Amino acid sequence: MGATVEDAIRVQRKAAMSVLAHADGDAIARCLGAIDLPAHTDLREPENGLVMVRGRIGGDGAPFNLGEATVSRAAVRLATGEVGFGYTLGRDLEKARMIALCDAMVQSRALADSVEAKVLAPLRAAMLADRARKSAEAAATRVDFYTMVRGEG
Amino acid sequence: MVTVAELPAGFADKVLSAQSTFRSVMDAMARPGSVQRIHAAPGIPAPMMHGTAAIALTLFDHDTPVWLDRTMSATSDVAKWLKFHTSAPVIADPSVSSFAVIGNAQNLPPLDRFAIGSNEYPDRSTTLIIQVGSLAAGPAFELTGPGIDGTAVLQATIPAGLFDGLAINAVLFPRGIDVVLVHDDAVVAIPRTTRLAAQGA
Repeated sequence: MGATVEDAIRVQRKAAMSVLAHADGDAIARCLGAIDLPAHTDLREPENGLVMVRGRIGGDGAPFNLGEATVSRAAVRLATGEVGFGYTLGRDLEKARMIALCDAMVQSRALADSVEAKVLAPLRAAMLADRARKSAEAAATRVDFYTMVRGEG
Repeated sequence: MVTVAELPAGFADKVLSAQSTFRSVMDAMARPGSVQRIHAAPGIPAPMMHGTAAIALTLFDHDTPVWLDRTMSATSDVAKWLKFHTSAPVIADPSVSSFAVIGNAQNLPPLDRFAIGSNEYPDRSTTLIIQVGSLAAGPAFELTGPGIDGTAVLQATIPAGLFDGLAINAVLFPRGIDVVLVHDDAVVAIPRTTRLAAQGA
């Protein structure tokens, strides 16, 4: 029983992170403005760092070190005890802190629903709309090639 | 999940707090026997004192193996806190540690169990951070050496054998062991160049 609740929370956190990591810092701030933020403290001050990005050419290419990318991270604890972590590409410290705050709120039974409704849902909708627009733009330039078959088919 | 939730925070202001703590420790090292104050206010895991926690956050990192005595490692709180905030490896063998955190000075192992560095690299030695009951009362010691004009007097409640053990610093130089005594937010350093004698002896 306990395991399933934890699993559910883990799935929710993963889903939240995949939305927040792609969202714009200003957009997250706007959405967070719509809800009453709970009391919280910084467990780990937002900070910048580097991570090595690994790449591979083709599905079966050998992995190699592509280069380093800047990341920001933060950890936030709510007054009720939930701890959230935020990692994001780039040097936006405030975004890392907001992601950590959202991650903590997703784990809180009392706050999870309002975060989902007022922060995650709009951001997810915006992200999906943006993706759909981009793939529509790409689809418009699609070219179909036909192979002319020589001789008798 | 629960274990992380109970973890005390680090410095509220990383850069400035670490700078001011570094300054206090540096002044303490430059003027052996003088009592310096640590002003930064970090979160503190259970058996640690204010000063010890601030020094740990300032000086420890992933390159500095840390050894904890029995008082500090009684629960995993301190090790977890160090790991989260400093990413310093906590090791079981004091002879390869950069820092040793001693919660109860009565349980201090013999000093030859710590690293003393080599003649080529005397900096590869263990710095002992020892929590003591008081740095204002207790037996008096007379300190001489670089950074001290004549002699300085230090009053501290420390176990009798500790300062006798530090006599090896005179023989080993440039190798040796540096000691930082901490009581609450007060810090006194006894670098390896300082010679000690019980007052009145």
